[in-house]
Amino acid sequence: MLSYGFVTASYIAASVLFILSLGGLSGQESAKRAVWYGIAGMAIAVFATIFGPGIGNYWLLVLMVAAGSVIGYMVAKRVEMTEMPQLVAALHSFVGLAAVFIGINAEIERLRVAAARAAGEGAEQFAGFAARVYDKTPIEITFLQIEVVLGVFIGAVTFTGSVVAFGKLAGKVDGKPRQLPGGHMLNAGAALLSFLLAVLYFLYSDNGFASITALLLITALALFIGYHLIMGIGGADMPVVVSMLNSYSGWAAAAIGFTLGNDLLIVTGALVGSSGAILSYIMCKAMNRAFVSVILGGFGGTSGPAMEIEGEQIAIDADGVATALNEADSVIIVPGYGMAVAQAQQSVSELTRKLRAKGKEVRFAIHPVAGRLPGHMNVLLAEARVPYDIVLEMDEINEDFPDTDVVIVIGSNDIVNPAAQDDPNSPIAGMPVLEVWRAKQVFVSKRGQGTGYSGIENPLFYKENTRMFYGDAKKSIDALLPMID
Amino acid sequence: MKIGAPKEIFPGENRVAMTPESAAQLQKLGHECLIEAGAGAAAGFDDDAYRAAGVTLVKGAKALYEKTDIIVKVREPKDTELARLSAGKTLISFFWPAQNAEMLEKARETGASVIAMDMVPRISRAQKMDALSSMANIAGYRAVIEAGNNFGRFFTGQVTAAGKVPPARVLVVGAGVAGLAAIGTATSLGAITMAFDVRPEVAEQIESMGAEFVFLDFEDTQDGAATGGYAAPSSPEFREKQLEKFRELAPDVDIVITTALIPGRPAPKLWTEDMVKMMKRGSVVVDLAAEKGGNCDLTKPDDKIVSDNGVTIIGYTDFPSRMATQSSTLYSNNIRHMLADLTPAKDGVVVHNMEDDVIRGATVVHGGEITFPPPPPKVQAIAAAKPKEKPKELTAEEKRAREVAAFRAQTKSQVTLLAVATSAVLGLGLIAPASFMQHFIVFVLACFVGFQVIWNVSHSLHTPLMAVTNAISGIIVVGALLQVGSGNWLVVILAAISILIATINIVGGFLVTRRMLAMFQKS
Repeated sequence: MLSYGFVTASYIAASVLFILSLGGLSGQESAKRAVWYGIAGMAIAVFATIFGPGIGNYWLLVLMVAAGSVIGYMVAKRVEMTEMPQLVAALHSFVGLAAVFIGINAEIERLRVAAARAAGEGAEQFAGFAARVYDKTPIEITFLQIEVVLGVFIGAVTFTGSVVAFGKLAGKVDGKPRQLPGGHMLNAGAALLSFLLAVLYFLYSDNGFASITALLLITALALFIGYHLIMGIGGADMPVVVSMLNSYSGWAAAAIGFTLGNDLLIVTGALVGSSGAILSYIMCKAMNRAFVSVILGGFGGTSGPAMEIEGEQIAIDADGVATALNEADSVIIVPGYGMAVAQAQQSVSELTRKLRAKGKEVRFAIHPVAGRLPGHMNVLLAEARVPYDIVLEMDEINEDFPDTDVVIVIGSNDIVNPAAQDDPNSPIAGMPVLEVWRAKQVFVSKRGQGTGYSGIENPLFYKENTRMFYGDAKKSIDALLPMID
Repeated sequence: MKIGAPKEIFPGENRVAMTPESAAQLQKLGHECLIEAGAGAAAGFDDDAYRAAGVTLVKGAKALYEKTDIIVKVREPKDTELARLSAGKTLISFFWPAQNAEMLEKARETGASVIAMDMVPRISRAQKMDALSSMANIAGYRAVIEAGNNFGRFFTGQVTAAGKVPPARVLVVGAGVAGLAAIGTATSLGAITMAFDVRPEVAEQIESMGAEFVFLDFEDTQDGAATGGYAAPSSPEFREKQLEKFRELAPDVDIVITTALIPGRPAPKLWTEDMVKMMKRGSVVVDLAAEKGGNCDLTKPDDKIVSDNGVTIIGYTDFPSRMATQSSTLYSNNIRHMLADLTPAKDGVVVHNMEDDVIRGATVVHGGEITFPPPPPKVQAIAAAKPKEKPKELTAEEKRAREVAAFRAQTKSQVTLLAVATSAVLGLGLIAPASFMQHFIVFVLACFVGFQVIWNVSHSLHTPLMAVTNAISGIIVVGALLQVGSGNWLVVILAAISILIATINIVGGFLVTRRMLAMFQKS
């Protein structure tokens, strides 16, 4: 059995390793090393805890760790890169659920300890966390309760929110924003009711039945809020939602850390929480929208009629696109969620390889909110073996469009919409966009006419230098491949 | 429907309205194609090529007119050709209805429909059938080539061992399609090119082609958008100013290409006799407006003359015909697009939809009635140019003041934030127990470290970042581990489930991150 001091020391080591692990993600090469830091940190933390003081039921513990490892291994091996957003959402829900359980456990233990105290029994019968609770002063117990409520509330919102986000990303739940009558008033009401219940929970903390009922009711309300909040947000806003849930799962862990008086949990939770918060901020910035308006769902109100679009959408066949590609010197490909849906990344990679073999400059332009997860497109392209040094961010490549011969837009819409710059009445006015229309020729691979997810008309499709390449993205690109010579 | 192209009977006309390539496209629309034997010979398309494309060859124009429903032509019809039309047939060609009222009446008497390619409205949808533009493009190119042919020097400047060669100076008057094509050709040959137009909004187009816009400082400039993209006659004062400018330029330029036309009027005289006199010996003037009387005083339509001071003035009117292969290809494509619009179902059935802006605009005779002039199209030709606001240039002091103000505002907001946060923490410290505050320090510092570290994460690694944070948020397993040894069965069960799912998170998260990172390859 390791001493308390030794366990704390290993927690310090684990915290440092976690920080290094996140810091290492600043570059592709150092990231490969950084992930090992994370794994080492986690191993140290878990082993130190297991062999530390106050742990029991070893057989159950080992069984659960083993089962969890096998399931986790299988999931990680099987998941397709296009399913990454779903997986991330699903994993968030686990953290949320675990936080709820641990919070409720803490309450049960608190009541047990309180009952034992009232009966005048000693601390000998308690082990681990319960023993710690026994030593707490009344004011510390009150703070423990606050932490429990916070941990359970955030955990429950994260749980149902992530489950709904998972459903939307996996296509199991309709991606359209959808709310019960009453909308956000319902959420606000539920939050207010939770707050009142929390007050009751503090007031009747000595009454075991009343306090546990209040806590469970709070949990139920939080579960509802998580469900209803995320149901009201559309599929295109999922990058922000997933980042936000990532942040919540961190805060839930930190709250539980306070409950248990465990600094490692607090540090890690704070790291994860701030990471998610920054990601949400970056995503919102990239859409030029306030965080609150994303969370409240739907696009902001328009201030007037949209600008009229002149011209027509001109279609082109694979032959025409291939000719233009054969003649072009520089090509930029702009992928979007549509590429992931059509599973076209391998074909795109093959096209890139062929064009590069002919000595053409081929690059990719990635908008921060392309796809359904921050950095989603980068991962898909990496999976298809597109070298990362030709995959560029919006700010790095936006100035190069005027000197580009051909731009191929694959399954993206709003992120290349010139209305964001030209039309102050557009719902996306002011959003930074990729200025593809400045290139000499633009091909848009799209399933068909229509405005796509957000319902915003895209003047790009009507521009004189734009040709519409209708059809399934994968089939369209595959049709191109034999014609590139 | 049967579509037939006769041989052009206008003397010197080499173009043909159907090429093997366009015939193949027309057949895809469900039409049958016929052509008069030898019709494409002058344009470089022999009969065998047509036969290979599945076109039926017909001997003699008379037989062709009899056999076909739609006749496609280049030049406006002569009387003999009009006589061959009858009710139910459609003629598609250049027609110039405004100048040919008599011919229009004769066409009406035949009962046939006539679609005039020169009447296609100038809207973006109809650009693909705008034959005037495609012919003007060729004329502009050819004008430079003809000029070069009659010009005794290089276009481009060179420094050779045998001495220095100055570049040719080219002035293009009128920056329509032909003018822009001429500018492009002249600059790509290496000449120093200047261009003038009465519509100031084309300055940008001129500069984008690599020429210098000759700027005329005059208040009342005209707006091309109001006249469907064409130029309108200018006021006498403006004209004076313009000629003054040209006189200033005349001694310096080697080649002048004039393309100024105003729809439905004789060409404006812009290059006067005295300007020609001012030009250097060996200079060339190419007048693309010769057919409408010419922009130059000395122009003789269809002829090339040399002035007393040795300036060559070219007044050919058949520039597109001089490049018959190219012009036939483009013109037949224009015709093909027109027929594609007339055959919306692609089933070989022509629907003469008079509700359609483009078809209505181009149709001059239909159903035994003259339908010229057409009503104005529903769609505006070109969006009216909006006045652009220039971003105000800031002076150094203003910039400085602004920076200072921004810095102050930033300091103010930071200090406010810090003050609020500090007082909140102090307030918390008043009621919170010491043990809580110890953890709270750790929490706040960890948040700071987190913010600092995460800002540096590369955008492309955001998905791995989420996966890794996911994995490490599985650290919540530690909490469950601490509880699993409890004496209460419910606590044990809940803790066990928590251990299970948190472990899935840890293992799954790390493995999937590793999988992703391994995929990032450098080229």
